[in-house]
Amino acid sequence: MPTNILMPALSPTMEEGTLIKWLVKEGDEVRSGDVIAEIETDKATMEVEAVDEGKVIKIVVPEGSENVKVNAVIAVIATEGEDASAPAPVVKKDAAPKPAPKAEVVDKKEVAKVASPATAESENSGGKRLFATPLARRIAKDKGVDLASVIGSGPHGRIVKADVEGAKGGARPAPLAPASSVASGPAIDPRVFYEAGSYDEIPLDNMRKTIARRLTQAMQEIPHFYLSIDCELDELLKVRKVLNEQAKDGVKLSVNDFLIRAAGLALAKVPDANVSFAGNALLKHKHSDIGIAVAIEGGLITPIIRHAESKGLAEISAEARSLAERARAKKLKPQEFEGGSFSISNLGMFGIDNFTAVINPPQSAILAVGRGVERAVVKSGKLEVATMMTVTMSCDHRAIDGALGATFLQAFKTYVEYPPSMLL
Amino acid sequence: MADATYDLIVVGSGPGGYVAAIRASQLGLKTAIVERDALGGICLNWGCIPTKALLRSAEIYYMMHRLEEFGLAADNIRFDASAIVKRSRQVAGQLSNGVNFLMKKNKVDVIEGSAKLKGAGRISVEGKSGTADYAAKNIILATGARARTLPGIEPDGKLIWTYREAMVPPAMPKSLLVIGSGAIGIEFASFYRAFGVDVTVVEVMDRILPVEDKEISDFALKAFKKLGMKLLTSAKVEKLDKGADNVTATIALKDGKTEKLTVDRVISAVGITGNVEGLGLEEAGIKVDRGHVVVNEWLETGIKGVYAIGDLVGAPWLAHKASHEGVIAVERIAGVKGLHPLDATKVPGCTYSSPQIASVGLTEAKAREAGYELKIGRFPFIGNGKAIALGEPEGMVKTVFDAKTGELLGAHMIGAEVTELIQGYTVACSLESTEAELMHTIFPHPTLSETMHESVLAAYGRALHI
Repeated sequence: MPTNILMPALSPTMEEGTLIKWLVKEGDEVRSGDVIAEIETDKATMEVEAVDEGKVIKIVVPEGSENVKVNAVIAVIATEGEDASAPAPVVKKDAAPKPAPKAEVVDKKEVAKVASPATAESENSGGKRLFATPLARRIAKDKGVDLASVIGSGPHGRIVKADVEGAKGGARPAPLAPASSVASGPAIDPRVFYEAGSYDEIPLDNMRKTIARRLTQAMQEIPHFYLSIDCELDELLKVRKVLNEQAKDGVKLSVNDFLIRAAGLALAKVPDANVSFAGNALLKHKHSDIGIAVAIEGGLITPIIRHAESKGLAEISAEARSLAERARAKKLKPQEFEGGSFSISNLGMFGIDNFTAVINPPQSAILAVGRGVERAVVKSGKLEVATMMTVTMSCDHRAIDGALGATFLQAFKTYVEYPPSMLL
Repeated sequence: MADATYDLIVVGSGPGGYVAAIRASQLGLKTAIVERDALGGICLNWGCIPTKALLRSAEIYYMMHRLEEFGLAADNIRFDASAIVKRSRQVAGQLSNGVNFLMKKNKVDVIEGSAKLKGAGRISVEGKSGTADYAAKNIILATGARARTLPGIEPDGKLIWTYREAMVPPAMPKSLLVIGSGAIGIEFASFYRAFGVDVTVVEVMDRILPVEDKEISDFALKAFKKLGMKLLTSAKVEKLDKGADNVTATIALKDGKTEKLTVDRVISAVGITGNVEGLGLEEAGIKVDRGHVVVNEWLETGIKGVYAIGDLVGAPWLAHKASHEGVIAVERIAGVKGLHPLDATKVPGCTYSSPQIASVGLTEAKAREAGYELKIGRFPFIGNGKAIALGEPEGMVKTVFDAKTGELLGAHMIGAEVTELIQGYTVACSLESTEAELMHTIFPHPTLSETMHESVLAAYGRALHI
């Protein structure tokens, strides 16, 4: 069978590109690894290498063609055997369709190879030899980790299981920062600055290690920006008082319960802000799953109230209390704190006026809530006293832009300042 | 001796300490080692090595009773307890001298006496001829451990022994009670049983050799019972009443009843506790938890330049674990690149009973607890030609694989010479082999090691000889 050469994807978001130049012509013999063409996207020019040996029997897309769709057939190569037995013109009619966008994917593996010219030297393509343990190789294969992008920590730089487990899966267009470069500790051991015996050394427990790893990763990977807004709380406090007075036994709504509901409704109203950044896509969530940061002994955890947009205040309140209690008892199940799309961290009870929080991946935003406190505000030209609360949203700029974040905060503020709107 | 400054002083010359000292010397550190007793520590002098010498005598004596099976005959088969002990002591002495030679060869200064920390970088050693102070940029504490004692069963060295007296019996007792069925208890039980002593083992847990895989424990229990040992599990020795030349034990049994048992001697083998006393740990601000020094993954005590290794820092209490930690600590001090902390799941353990027991990695239960989905392989010695030719058809090999990745999570063996075989699996674990490499490895025929291959094949439904 002749082999189709397909238009490679040079980045996860690339859909089409320009074929600038052919470096071979019909009838040329090519060998695996030969550069055969140059391709340009909006960002870069890349070389395309041949994967198979054989003769170029047809160039389908001429030089200078723009808007060539990814995976379209751009040329056809025939291997030796059929080159001899079947003359080129006959084969090309069957095998090479017109330069139509719909191309046949011949072999996924080949597409992948062509698609990543930058990392084409894998362990079996005659490039430099890659040292990895059998177990590391197998885990990498299962996870879709490109071993060439992993830095080995074993003897002589051999890639071991731990290196691959830390690496991210998925087809990776080009080696990003190697996974193992995520620092596990400070570059300079702080012990050198202090006299021995002048401090107690507390070894990290697993929770502290997880917090350190995840938040370092979040701060390094996620481009954070921050939006603050003041909300007047007086109406909310009034409604809360009335509801609590009339409530059935056991129901005692907190301000935070209102904020959870307000955030859930605001996310439903501004669904573009209810997203996760997935590298080559945004995951637009259908429900408002809201994490609530709970301080527990030795750290914190963020259990999640699912479908907060469709739950009433009493239900949210009961659920939040149960989650917080079980969080403190360290009895949460993983599905109770994994995922979510948004988090609320409230330090108001500590007298904090405002602060910023680190986004909790895979979420894209977190709301840092300060205390409600009486402040002098100017209303219609008059100085008045109102209970005000400042909230600061940290946004993942890859997923949420400034205007979008602001739209969300406006919606949130409306629900908070006029709680009856939460009934609608 | 006058003040001297060292790059490293190692306190304790057991397999942790002396190996650390040699490695330090190889890396160019000016090194001294402090020992209050004989070079080589417990392992060489009162532990691993002399007991192996004793067990070798036991093994030969046991085989002499099986001569007919092999077409051989001998009359008047006897043993001489004092000669057996003498050989064991000679072996220990030879090896202790060997350590002395190694220290000289590596230019490690040997300081005799008991060491005490005097803050970071300073140590004082109280020897026969007085006390001297030494300065060292780094200190590795490797003082090891000793037998733990439980209230009510305190050893007296005469009727109630620890490992130490048990290894130099003046004569064979007629009957023996062994408290504790860990490696030490079981090895002594095996030794004495081979010489016809009426041996009873009492274990508090619900099975003997509680750290081993349950199937191995069960297999061992049957094998030991067959040899005439009595083994009581879920049982507790409540008190010992000493007579003139015997001891009566009150044992609380599984079913709630109590039993009185009178024996000639008792061996207490209920675990060990670190030698943390007299080192000045508290004054130096080093934390001690339940008899062991607290260290981080790099064996650092929290006091700058002071490390602790081996039995002193906790389980598994094994010489090879101590040696490896010694090397890690020294390489850390010397700034060797690419170091990894000790991986506890890759420390093999061996019990030199008859049959022998060896294992590395996770037991089936531990692996399940950790959430792995498993593939388990088992292969019995009866399916192995060499085992049958040797007259050792009793044994099995169990392998535990992660079903998802094929990682060898654990290997558990019981049978002849398995302590020499386990290393094959340990290398495989260390190289992160999967079942595929183990299957593709060619095992020589006829050897006992073929059971290891078969067990791997069995985990994937491909065993050949069963």
